Amino acid sequence: MPGLEDLYREIILDHYKNPRNEGTFPTPPAIKAEGHNPLCGDELTVYLILEDDVIKDIRITGQGCSISRSSASLMSVAVKGKTLAQVDRLLKIFKSMMSISTNANGEPEAVEPEEYSERELGELVALQGVVKFPVRIKCATLSWNTLIQALEDRAS
Amino acid sequence: MERMNTPTATSKPLNVSEIRKDFPIFTRHDGRPLYFLDSAASSQKPLSVLQAMDDYYSTTHANVHRGVYQLAEHATELYEGARFKIGRFVGAPNPSREILFTKNATESINLLSTSLTRGPLHRGDVVVLTEMEHHANLVPWLIAKEQFGIEIRYIRIDDNGYLILDEIDKILEDAKVLSVTLTSNVLGTLNPVAKLARLAHKNGAIVIGDGAQYVPHIATDVNELGLDFLAFTGHKMLGPTGIGVLWGKADLLEDLPPFLGGGDMITDVRLDGFTPNELPWKFEAGTPPIAEAIGLGAAVDYLENLGMDRVREHEVALLSYAFEKLESNFGKDITIHGPRNISDRSGVISFDFNNIHPHDISQILDQSGVCVRAGHHCAKPLMRHLGIAATARASFHIYNESADVDALIDALAKAQAFFG
Repeated sequence: MPGLEDLYREIILDHYKNPRNEGTFPTPPAIKAEGHNPLCGDELTVYLILEDDVIKDIRITGQGCSISRSSASLMSVAVKGKTLAQVDRLLKIFKSMMSISTNANGEPEAVEPEEYSERELGELVALQGVVKFPVRIKCATLSWNTLIQALEDRAS
Repeated sequence: MERMNTPTATSKPLNVSEIRKDFPIFTRHDGRPLYFLDSAASSQKPLSVLQAMDDYYSTTHANVHRGVYQLAEHATELYEGARFKIGRFVGAPNPSREILFTKNATESINLLSTSLTRGPLHRGDVVVLTEMEHHANLVPWLIAKEQFGIEIRYIRIDDNGYLILDEIDKILEDAKVLSVTLTSNVLGTLNPVAKLARLAHKNGAIVIGDGAQYVPHIATDVNELGLDFLAFTGHKMLGPTGIGVLWGKADLLEDLPPFLGGGDMITDVRLDGFTPNELPWKFEAGTPPIAEAIGLGAAVDYLENLGMDRVREHEVALLSYAFEKLESNFGKDITIHGPRNISDRSGVISFDFNNIHPHDISQILDQSGVCVRAGHHCAKPLMRHLGIAATARASFHIYNESADVDALIDALAKAQAFFG
């Protein structure tokens, strides 16, 4: 059985206790999307300020377990200031790390493992241990899926 | 129910270490300790239940109510024998006609909401529920509201987890149905069902009890409770999954149209219509869960052999011990939902701990082999009332002992150290 230290890495606990980029932005100019995990009642809202194709700023509010909250905080740091292409790349490698992806209908499907370096992942690597706890993968991916939602809503 | 709340303290306590030997899961587990505190979700099964089903499949299996050969007759006897036993267990005056087998308590309530709206209920009729119901006693009525146009009124709850009865006469006025849980699966509140039933009957309403969390733990008598219908499920009372029960007064069941249609629920079928079967088979379409009914019968034997009053005393003692330990160890860091008075509670303890998310609590407890439920417990309206998204919940059955509570306390202390 995997140990707790695999799941609750120090970085995770730090982001859980001191979430970065917490809060809201007025919409507009921000765009927002709400995500929730009906299994555990976790919910969060992602606010994005986009300039051209750059995520100029991001804020997140919500409630949830340590994994979903810290993953949201880590994500906000990882995507802030990045171009949409860079975000897309991060998303791909994050999902690859989580060993799951979703198809157009939002259903999970296996992903081709994406080649990536730990350097590319940065602090997100702290979430690596979550895959050993399959029930919690959804907690870690909630914020990323909500981010996708916000970007897709804007595109349409 | 008032009677069950004050068990006499004179009977011999359960011998839990002997009881645990009857449950293979406690000896066959993967070597790690198992502190199973999630019986409110589903209980473990004693060997006698597993063996009853195994024996049936090995020696007696044939379809019931059909063959004229001896094997089929024996299978039918076992199935109907289980029905009788289970009916007696809840005080059914006429078990062989009034006990219907379903899939679970959820299906039992769906049977009622469906057949009542097909039959005696009219558009605009009032069904009264409470704010603390499990989704199983909410969603069937919400479907009936959406599809058929019933009106739903709710009995609210106060800050201590009790039903607010100040305006009960107004709420029940002209109501056709009162459907209420005997005890909350989240708060543990034992509701004053006998009193509510009297008031509802004065208004001409029929009274449905959701006994899913009650029948497995507290001696149940449908007459004392004043019920017209009682829904409960097998797998929470040491029985298998896939078997639920609906008890109903025979005259009321007679007047209800069928629920599911198919084989066994008819006496005649023509191309232009059908004649329903007698009770109880009128409500049992298709091949029923025969082995599961027999397994549930064996579970009832097991519980009766222990004595339901002793079962209740055991759980009250565990509840008292857990309350005392949780509060002396964690004080203000823990908030236990529901009534303070142990005698007003069934054996579930839902709590908030240090603002640590219930999923994190459950995860850390799992490392120590402590199984608790984390989530909304299929009671989202109640969660909203409490202003929370989820709770952690520990729940007891006959095989739990103070060591389970001690393990819970130790594991919670670990969680506190981790997240504190």
